[in-house]
Amino acid sequence: MAALRSTTSALLGAAAARPSLRIANAVPAAFRGMAQLADGAEKVTTSSGENANLKTFQIYRWNPDKPTEKPRMQAYTLDLNKTGPMVLDALIRIKNEIDPTLTFRRSCREGICGSCAMNINGTNTLACLCRIPAEDKAELKVYPLPHTYVVKDLVPDLTQFYKQYKSIKPYLQRDTPAPDGKEYRQSKADRKKLDGLYECILCACCSTSCPSYWWNSEEYLGPAILLQSYRWLADSRDEKKLQRQDALNNSMSLYRCHTILNCTRTCPKGLNPGLAIQSIKKEMAF
Amino acid sequence: MAAIRLSGLQKEVLSLYRSCLRECRKKPEATRTHFRSFARTEFENNISIDKRDFGAIEFLLRKGRRQLEMYASPGVKDIRK
Repeated sequence: MAALRSTTSALLGAAAARPSLRIANAVPAAFRGMAQLADGAEKVTTSSGENANLKTFQIYRWNPDKPTEKPRMQAYTLDLNKTGPMVLDALIRIKNEIDPTLTFRRSCREGICGSCAMNINGTNTLACLCRIPAEDKAELKVYPLPHTYVVKDLVPDLTQFYKQYKSIKPYLQRDTPAPDGKEYRQSKADRKKLDGLYECILCACCSTSCPSYWWNSEEYLGPAILLQSYRWLADSRDEKKLQRQDALNNSMSLYRCHTILNCTRTCPKGLNPGLAIQSIKKEMAF
Repeated sequence: MAAIRLSGLQKEVLSLYRSCLRECRKKPEATRTHFRSFARTEFENNISIDKRDFGAIEFLLRKGRRQLEMYASPGVKDIRK
């Protein structure tokens, strides 16, 4: 209490001191101060006018509340000197300062949640991991993930994607309890097999870049889900490997992969779904 | 009188409406009319859409199916606008 009181009294004292200071300052000084401020402000505006690094963003817009209106591209121009380095920074700035109706998903802004997956200049990637090409003066085009139903603007409908994820039973399936009644142990070598698989954040960049998935998204699981499928097939602790393989053993679920490898090329986390799919195929062949 | 020939899309819309009405019948007697009038107004809101505007109609069909799936769950007992 005493500490509180002392700080408040100090604050009050400061507040009381300030006007007295102002009064003490001669009038010309106050004027000078104002003139300096105005000068500074002018400098800022002129410098931004001369050195402004303007960049135009063409962004896909579509509003579900007016379904008869066609989707369109809307252009926004930003000064890159005042914007963060990533595309997501630019989007957030557009939403905050220019057009609050712009809709997109974002959460972690560091490539760990997978929310901001979108098609930027023709490549599926996470907006938070994609630098704005500052040297390139051309317009930056931003679309939602290709071949997805659009919920609004840059928000894709991933219901089907999540349904497929659910269908592969992405959890440990085991009947026998651990021998010592504690955790399910794993050797270092076995754990190593999961590296490059468990990092997947299910952003759907790879699946929506796969032509095979575009044409057969109802039945073909797509690279992201198959990578996860392999993550559970490769897990030494899982005991339902045969059932998992059996579920994939039809012409559609797995074998629609024609090794196009768009998935590996586009993955913003640098994973290799193509290799995982090949490994599943190999294990099932022999 | 010959029946009007309906396009595939129109048939889909009608079948969605019929399944909405069918789902209404599974709801408690007291609130059944709420569900029915809700479904009806949802369709009537968009009755003016051109029948050749396939993109819009397909979107609304998808939206309608999603809504139907949600409201059809037995936990939903009443509906208000």
